[in-house]
Amino acid sequence: MDAETMTAPDLSRLARQRKRAAWAFLAPMLIVLAAVAAWPLARTIWFGFTDASLDQLGNAQWVGFQNYLHWFDYGNGQGEWEGVLADPRWWRSVWNTIWFAGLSVSIETVFGLVIALVLHRSFPGRGLVRAAILIPWAIPTIVSAKMWAWMLHDQFGIVNDMLMRVGLIDSAIAWTATPGTAMFAIVAVDVWKTTPFMALLILAALQMVPDDIYEAARMDGVPAFRLFRKVTLPLILPGLLVAVVFRTLDALRVFDLIYVLTPNTDATRSMSIYARENLFDYDKFAYGSAASTLLFFVIALITITFIRVTRMNLERED
Amino acid sequence: MARLKTYGFYLLVAVIVLQAVFPFYYAILTSLETGQAIFDINYLPAALDWSNYRSMLSSGVFGRQFLNSAVTASAVVVLSLVLATTAAYALARIRFRGRGLLLLTILSVSMFPQIAVLAGLFELIRAFGLFNSLWALVFSYMIFTLPFTVWVLTTFMRKLPVEIEEAAIMDGASALTIIWRVFLPLMWPAMVTTGLLAFIHAWNEFLFALTFLSTDTQRTVPVAIAMISGRSEFEIPWGNIMAASVVVTLPLVVLVLIFQRKIVSGLTAGAVKG
Amino acid sequence: MARVELQAVRKSFGTVDVIHGIDLDLASGEFVVFVGPSGCGKSTLLRMIAGLEDISGGELRIGGEKMNDVLPAKRGCAMVFQSYALYPHMTVRENMAFGLEQARLSKREIEERVTQSARMLQIDHLMDRKPKALSGGQRQRVAIGRAISRQPRVFLFDEPLSNLDAALRVDTRIEIAALHHRLHDTTMIYVTHDQVEAMTLADRIVVLNAGKVEQVGTPMDLYERPASRFVASFIGSPRMNLIEGATAEAMGAACVGIRPEHLHVAQDGPWAGKVVMAEALGSDTFLHVETAEAGRVVVRIPPGETPTPGTALHLAPDAARLHRFGADGAPLA
Repeated sequence: MDAETMTAPDLSRLARQRKRAAWAFLAPMLIVLAAVAAWPLARTIWFGFTDASLDQLGNAQWVGFQNYLHWFDYGNGQGEWEGVLADPRWWRSVWNTIWFAGLSVSIETVFGLVIALVLHRSFPGRGLVRAAILIPWAIPTIVSAKMWAWMLHDQFGIVNDMLMRVGLIDSAIAWTATPGTAMFAIVAVDVWKTTPFMALLILAALQMVPDDIYEAARMDGVPAFRLFRKVTLPLILPGLLVAVVFRTLDALRVFDLIYVLTPNTDATRSMSIYARENLFDYDKFAYGSAASTLLFFVIALITITFIRVTRMNLERED
Repeated sequence: MARLKTYGFYLLVAVIVLQAVFPFYYAILTSLETGQAIFDINYLPAALDWSNYRSMLSSGVFGRQFLNSAVTASAVVVLSLVLATTAAYALARIRFRGRGLLLLTILSVSMFPQIAVLAGLFELIRAFGLFNSLWALVFSYMIFTLPFTVWVLTTFMRKLPVEIEEAAIMDGASALTIIWRVFLPLMWPAMVTTGLLAFIHAWNEFLFALTFLSTDTQRTVPVAIAMISGRSEFEIPWGNIMAASVVVTLPLVVLVLIFQRKIVSGLTAGAVKG
Repeated sequence: MARVELQAVRKSFGTVDVIHGIDLDLASGEFVVFVGPSGCGKSTLLRMIAGLEDISGGELRIGGEKMNDVLPAKRGCAMVFQSYALYPHMTVRENMAFGLEQARLSKREIEERVTQSARMLQIDHLMDRKPKALSGGQRQRVAIGRAISRQPRVFLFDEPLSNLDAALRVDTRIEIAALHHRLHDTTMIYVTHDQVEAMTLADRIVVLNAGKVEQVGTPMDLYERPASRFVASFIGSPRMNLIEGATAEAMGAACVGIRPEHLHVAQDGPWAGKVVMAEALGSDTFLHVETAEAGRVVVRIPPGETPTPGTALHLAPDAARLHRFGADGAPLA
């Protein structure tokens, strides 16, 4: 910060040389990032305002907000609203996405906390346990979706078999095909796959709490649960919130899991699925771009709100 | 009472381990079964039939797809490390106006919903003639590997002692020499960590690979697995799918077991410092 | 063979000045120590001479050449850092050769210079080790060796002894003095906060305080004729006694100073007091005496019988050794 307030002629040759080197070093990375992120995003937004189709990207014409919302006149004085914003399937997918993110991140936080607390204790074989919980994280999402599709199979699935043996259900359930259970199946698989990530982040936060705090509390005879609630939790809260933000952002763009586990189901269609369907499967490229644009802004809005709210909480904690 | 507590604790540990490894274990079981045996539910290994693996490898396409995944992921690792190392040096070590803002922007790119750039990226890749080429993937994967790599390497480089760099400056080393001869040899732990994570991300990616590749021989393994299907619900070749899943996952499991510590430190470095 | 001149040299971070227009003229081959409390700007000043820190104003000349805008490596300076800053992944030999490689010297010449400076510092048996495998003192030698092999015109030391333990610090101090003797052509600038290092090593000392030069002079100069109250209290151990109030006013000053060795226990002394504490160090004994006239003062007495706390005695200052300071801290004639 200090050097920045200085005017350029004040800088020595070394400082000038280093500044030039800085931009030369940054340029390739920035150009690549602009090419894969900034420019495509701008083009997506632009396509949303055109009549582009998959094989006619070049001569797309500006159509304003047509893809978002317009009045379609039948010609007899009647008509209806059309566009992404008038599509109940879009709103359903927005709701699905938020419901999915909220539910799975909450469950992951609780499970992650439990696993982190277990791993924070030292016991023989801890390293092995930590390696074991990393396995779900490392398995490709597609593979875990397929594995679970097989385990949740209505006729030959091992999950139904287990639950029937224990007596929790009487007859086999088509978990992924029944609208009522499909979302829970998705959430379950997501929780299984991403809880390790949560657990490791929380564990890192736990390990930053100095041990002598616990020793002091033990000397004072504070009971374990109170110690957790009054000492541990407030101290790891910042780290916990960062983990929650990361996971929420990740969950809001969910695609792979739903695409493989429950394709073409209204009950689980996420915003990403909706957008890609329109872009490439229904040949409604412009319409899909409009949906992608909306998705971007919905997620941006949620992110900003979320960060605002948690910041305020953080300040109150201090 | 205390003993009960200890038993309870180890029971919890057992549950955690079991739920983590069981699905993969079950996939291996299924992949070793064929025909009617697949549809009989068993919890312990009942057969040791390698024919799913044999048929998969003999088809030729799968080997090619495996290679596609490996080549793409390796190229992504090399490219993002090269681009990120120099950039991280600039961000960590050189003061210039707007440095903080730049770092924040780069970080926010890693939060991008990938679907939001899909349409624009599709146009760009077609314009460059990269459609159905692995380069399309190497290029587009930069959107998630690059911000992360830059971020972690920057935090790591900030922690390297300033005096070593100053000694190099006094010795007459240029910025490039400092990176190459002084910092790089000290940075391999961070390079291994970020390289591993970039590799795993690239290896597992699905959306871009699904969209930018159109022929079977070009596909990466995740897309190939997603595409395996039968003519009807009853003809889905679960044995083959599980065999492919095991093969594509095994390298990652091995990496995780070997580099457990490095991966954990990389994951937390990316997040906690945020 | 290089004279180092600073003319109105300034350093500011934004609107805050940390070095306020410093003028110095260091002769070729001179050993100069910058000393001062932490935050006085001594390290910043050294780094400005090295070229690691920008010069905001004024002029720096080395060997008569203006150096403000010359790259650090081209100034003919070599620096020994507080943390030694050895390249951890290189062997001792590679550490010493690195700078010479950057200067594109021939392989033969590099080998020659490295061997020569290694022999001078008796580190030739460590050449293939990495810094990790060296003791603190050995690392220090390698850092110095690395600087020597560059054959600099000006040698810069930034608190080089502060990471060593007390015994090693004394040995290394003596070695640095010997080094200066051997490289009598090379100008040496040495930064420290330790006034003992300053007194024992320096041809001349520059006392810095809050970004300004308080005084420049030989160690004895500074000791005997401090140019300010600050220098008087900073140089010398234990510190000079500073006395304010009526006693000082009676002598026509805002403050008078008297060193512990210039106070004597005397029956007819003007200041009456009681011993609060006695520190017997063997070679000397220091008495802390609470007096009515001069407040609490420290007195150096020869070793021998030590008065117990509570003993009443009279003190007499050596009138010729009294330092009188005005309200602004400047000495009064």
